[in-house]
Amino acid sequence: MARLAGIILLAAFAALVVFDSLGFAGLDKKFPYRLGLDLSGGAHLVYEGDLSNIPDDDKKDAMSSVRDVIERRVNAFGVAEPIVQLSGERRMIVELAGIGNIDDAINEIGLTPFLEFRVEDPDLPPEDEAAAPANPQFIPSGLSGQHLRKADIVFDPQSNQPQITLDFTSEGRDRFAEITRGNVGRVVAIFLDGEVISAPVVQQEIKSGQAVISGNFTVEDAKTLARRLNAGALPVPIQLIQQQTVGPSLGVSSIEKSFTAGIIGLAAVGIFMLIHYRGRGVVAVLALLVYAILNLAIFKLIPVTLTLAGIAGFILSIGMAVDANILIFERITEEKRAGKSPAKSFREGFARAWAAIRDSNFSSLLTVFILGYFGTSLIKGFAVTLGIGIVLSMFTAITVSKTFMELTLIRRRPE
Amino acid sequence: MLRLAQNYKYFFLVSAVLSLASITFLALWGLKLGIDFRGGTLLEVRFENQVQAGRLEGALREINAGEFLVQSTENGGFLVKIAALAPGALQELKQSLADSLGDFSEERSESVGPIIGKELLKRAYLQVVLVAAAIILYIAYAFRRVAKSSKNNALSSWKLGTATVIALIHDLLITLGVFALLGRFFGVEVDSLFVTALLTILGFSVHDTIVVFDRIRENLQNHPHKEFSALVNYSVNQTLSRSINTSSTLVFVLLAMMLFGGSSTFFFIGAILVGVISGTYSSIFIASPILILWQSKK
Repeated sequence: MARLAGIILLAAFAALVVFDSLGFAGLDKKFPYRLGLDLSGGAHLVYEGDLSNIPDDDKKDAMSSVRDVIERRVNAFGVAEPIVQLSGERRMIVELAGIGNIDDAINEIGLTPFLEFRVEDPDLPPEDEAAAPANPQFIPSGLSGQHLRKADIVFDPQSNQPQITLDFTSEGRDRFAEITRGNVGRVVAIFLDGEVISAPVVQQEIKSGQAVISGNFTVEDAKTLARRLNAGALPVPIQLIQQQTVGPSLGVSSIEKSFTAGIIGLAAVGIFMLIHYRGRGVVAVLALLVYAILNLAIFKLIPVTLTLAGIAGFILSIGMAVDANILIFERITEEKRAGKSPAKSFREGFARAWAAIRDSNFSSLLTVFILGYFGTSLIKGFAVTLGIGIVLSMFTAITVSKTFMELTLIRRRPE
Repeated sequence: MLRLAQNYKYFFLVSAVLSLASITFLALWGLKLGIDFRGGTLLEVRFENQVQAGRLEGALREINAGEFLVQSTENGGFLVKIAALAPGALQELKQSLADSLGDFSEERSESVGPIIGKELLKRAYLQVVLVAAAIILYIAYAFRRVAKSSKNNALSSWKLGTATVIALIHDLLITLGVFALLGRFFGVEVDSLFVTALLTILGFSVHDTIVVFDRIRENLQNHPHKEFSALVNYSVNQTLSRSINTSSTLVFVLLAMMLFGGSSTFFFIGAILVGVISGTYSSIFIASPILILWQSKK
């Protein structure tokens, strides 16, 4: 009986979570479902950084700086709860949820400048001295957009031309001092988006951590460039390699459709169980309801990000849960046919069915684990809900189904 | 009552014909890869003004979008597929479409660079191989006591594992064959969701086979002196009503999802449906007879 009380309490708690009714208990906390982009609408972008010019030690640094810069940009754009994260060595995933401004945000990310300081390659001295300044070979100096703190416009007091000053971070200041010290009399070129915008010759070591770009800017150009640089500059160029967007209306209709499909599927299973197994079918239907509610509550509490593939995983796990009940029922029927008493056939039938439930579900869990570990985010979503579903289905089989069936036995005993 | 030992030839024949047909389809036509694997761009739009498909095609030619395909959708929009458009160029394409044809709402879009496509394909193969290997190992482990309990003829748990994997390859082959056929005649493409479906089929096929093997294991323990083929036959018949009931409930759920779940998961669920039916068949009519044959040879 204690077990029955425990199950009822657990199911009641789960139901409160699922139906957002914790309010009466003084807990005003709501646990909303977390919807994936394919259901809520939004964009999923994958960028790849070009790290070919970056030494191995600095690769991690460069990519996290890329992430920080893009994160700042996206946040400034007012998209709700953007996700910017690195994936693997060279990839960055940007997820923009909800409606509005997504196109603008994507364009804005595309406008992020890639700033880099390059020095003349000492191993490749230009053969023709006269032609050298026009066409020197440059190599990356290790000073780039990630070391930029601030950009400003100033006007050259002599020519009244607009110039841009770059303020470096403390690490950038040290690197700049080192670079200028080692390259006195040589060119240090400033590259923006892969093009030289300024190629001054170093006169002396610069310790102040300030550089000046004196291209032939109009005031308007200089302002735009300073604004772009101040919003953050990248240490390496990035390229959009995958883009997926789902409009909000498609997302809503997908939710409605999967919901309808889930309800109809569950109802079909319930009707089948009731017709085929009669009284025990009621037990199975109750167990399935408890199972579904526990599952939904877990989705909300963890929270699990629900996607279309994830919902498919959940509905499929309902199939596995039904299978557990069918295995138990069939086995009990067999034991009864062998002439055992109801109580004995229940005990033995349950114990024997359990071996099959355990082994088959463990092999499914193994599959789920491999999918979750090696899969893409889409496949992970599927694996997570299916995995939770399989574990819960085993749990409800040994607790809920068993307890409910014991109850029907107690009732029958006086016969 | 099914008589496996007597009739296995017919069951094998059915499977052999279906598997050979699948292999032929795959060899002849292959699968039609979706843009996630091939690279390219897909854009589903609904224009605010009345726009005919012809005008959209004209606009795309004008932009020099390369090879493309325009399909009308059920809700009055268009699905545009462009083979060679890289992800970076999508924003620009949308802008030019809006300029020439007026504003539109974007229902969905997907754009994949060719590098990612190749990577995904490689990963998909890797997953299938890993899962199959893990399953053989798991079954060899879970059924390790079988060998001891069968006194008349040692049944190695590796044989169980191998039989399971043969059944599993059979199920995957048939599903792949069906999609090669669908791809050839109805232009159905396979995408990442399809790979998920294959892996689900893998899981289900094994799930089903294990339930039957579990019963064989138990009967071997209880009746160690019974003849092996009779024992397998008996075990399959004992689990038959469970297999049929479970599969029918799954088929109900899957049909409901196919009919009411919307177009984006239609073929995903369809693939799982084919696999579930094939998986039920193979666990009864393929995996178990293989064990009988294997044991009788020695």
